[in-house]
Amino acid sequence: MNHSYYESSARARIAGLLDAGSFDEWLPAAERLTSPHLATLEQPAAFDDGVVIGRGSIAGKQIFIAAQEGGFMGGAVGEVHGAKIVGMLERAVRDRPAAALLLVESGGVRLQEANAGLIAVSEVMRAILAVRAAGVPVIVAIGGQYGCFGGMGIASRCATTIIISEEGRLGLSGPEVIETVRGVEEYDSRDRALVWRTVGGKHRYLLGECDTIVADSMEAFRQAITASIAKGDDWSLAALEREHRLLADRVQRFGDCQDGRDIWRKLGWPDPDAIAMLDNDEFMAAAQGHRAK
Amino acid sequence: MPANKKFNRGHGPLLHGFIEDAIFMEWKKVSDMLFPAGHDIEQDGDLLTGQGRCGKHTVAVIGTTNHTEVGVELALAMAAAVLEVIRNHPARPIVFLVNTSGQRLRHRDEMLGLNGYMAHLAKCVEMARRSGHAIISLVYEQALSGGFLANGMMADVCAALPEAEIRVMGLPAMARVTRISEERLTELSKTSPVFAPGAKNYLQMGGLAGLWEGDLSACLADALEHADASDQRRKLGLERGGRLFAEPVVKRVLASA
Repeated sequence: MNHSYYESSARARIAGLLDAGSFDEWLPAAERLTSPHLATLEQPAAFDDGVVIGRGSIAGKQIFIAAQEGGFMGGAVGEVHGAKIVGMLERAVRDRPAAALLLVESGGVRLQEANAGLIAVSEVMRAILAVRAAGVPVIVAIGGQYGCFGGMGIASRCATTIIISEEGRLGLSGPEVIETVRGVEEYDSRDRALVWRTVGGKHRYLLGECDTIVADSMEAFRQAITASIAKGDDWSLAALEREHRLLADRVQRFGDCQDGRDIWRKLGWPDPDAIAMLDNDEFMAAAQGHRAK
Repeated sequence: MPANKKFNRGHGPLLHGFIEDAIFMEWKKVSDMLFPAGHDIEQDGDLLTGQGRCGKHTVAVIGTTNHTEVGVELALAMAAAVLEVIRNHPARPIVFLVNTSGQRLRHRDEMLGLNGYMAHLAKCVEMARRSGHAIISLVYEQALSGGFLANGMMADVCAALPEAEIRVMGLPAMARVTRISEERLTELSKTSPVFAPGAKNYLQMGGLAGLWEGDLSACLADALEHADASDQRRKLGLERGGRLFAEPVVKRVLASA
């Protein structure tokens, strides 16, 4: 049996995280809801348009969930895909589950339906914030192969909390896009260590972009989700003002850094290169007092 | 150009985008047209901030110029301006003047978590809306993806000048990423609002509430009058025939057992 979150499909993640037998899918593949725009382009379609939505429970708490399938177009957001997520979130506003859970794996807007995808991502952002304003926490999990980029990188940071694994990646413009536009001297997308120091899970955790970092296992994600549900949410002006100070401090302290290593050194890590070698428990212990939060 | 043309809600002709000698408007010219009763908008780098008078309203203006790329500093500065309005000017409407070539494409900004800064700005806008501030945005020159998601697209009423350029990515780049020939995409963009850049397509898909021309001040007054805090874009996309699936799919999810 494979318990790696990274290597699992969207459906396997749902099966691995939720209480056994608790998942009810909305608009399942049997309904054959595909993207009309991909059909126009004679591109292969998926009967769930690359996202699985529904409800279930985790440790007995009712949750609504959307899981993006990286295996279909890198989890990119098209019109139908986005509307399924928005529908789940609007249902959360109406029905008030204990949490709305987004298993994000996405390169962002699906370029084959670019304009519709961009508007859809914007609708997802507003829907996430509507759920939070209704008092329901929105929990994002990131740990798949395609990471979380583009508009979904912004949408994810609109959520209450982000749980990431070391393998998870979170950013806005992917390294390939920056390399294409600015050149390889700016950002070498093939330098995996550089990419990891820029958008990888440990860097994001140290920077304060993610609240929780976990090992790459279903059980670790499940425990972290359970703990996040219990914490609830703080959607308030005071919380936004705290975040504002944190982000202002970050530019102040690290704005002239050239590399993730420079930031980690400033955070008090004497040997930044050792960070990659720590397992998750060692890293969490060592990060106490050495992260920007 | 007709003097007092209300913004196009989509049932009118959609051809206003094709003004042959269209030139982009500088922010000063747009601001003077939006606020004939006066404004004190100032430019600091690529950031615009100030106040304008529109009828009985004093509105806060926050914007960008020079086709700027939005990096961490600019996103933070815009967020600070929004928070300042929430704190010090209850219920004052906020008008975003949008001109951006997108998010800043730099390793350094990615390393610092640009997506988090963009999200912070979006959250501040949402907090303003939920604190009773009407949010209006006007794309007066250019709007691209990341820079547009965090402010312009968060508005109650997002409008554009007809000649404004709105897109996710140019067709050549899109062809590279999607591996569909540019020729084919160019052909498709003639019949489908889904691919092609341009304000007209965003209007048809409900991404824009309207195109503003003529008396911009009257357009703004009308938008302030009709600003709706709930997201209207799916419904508009369906009504205008540019995005037929989003609204029905959401309805089906809401109606699922």
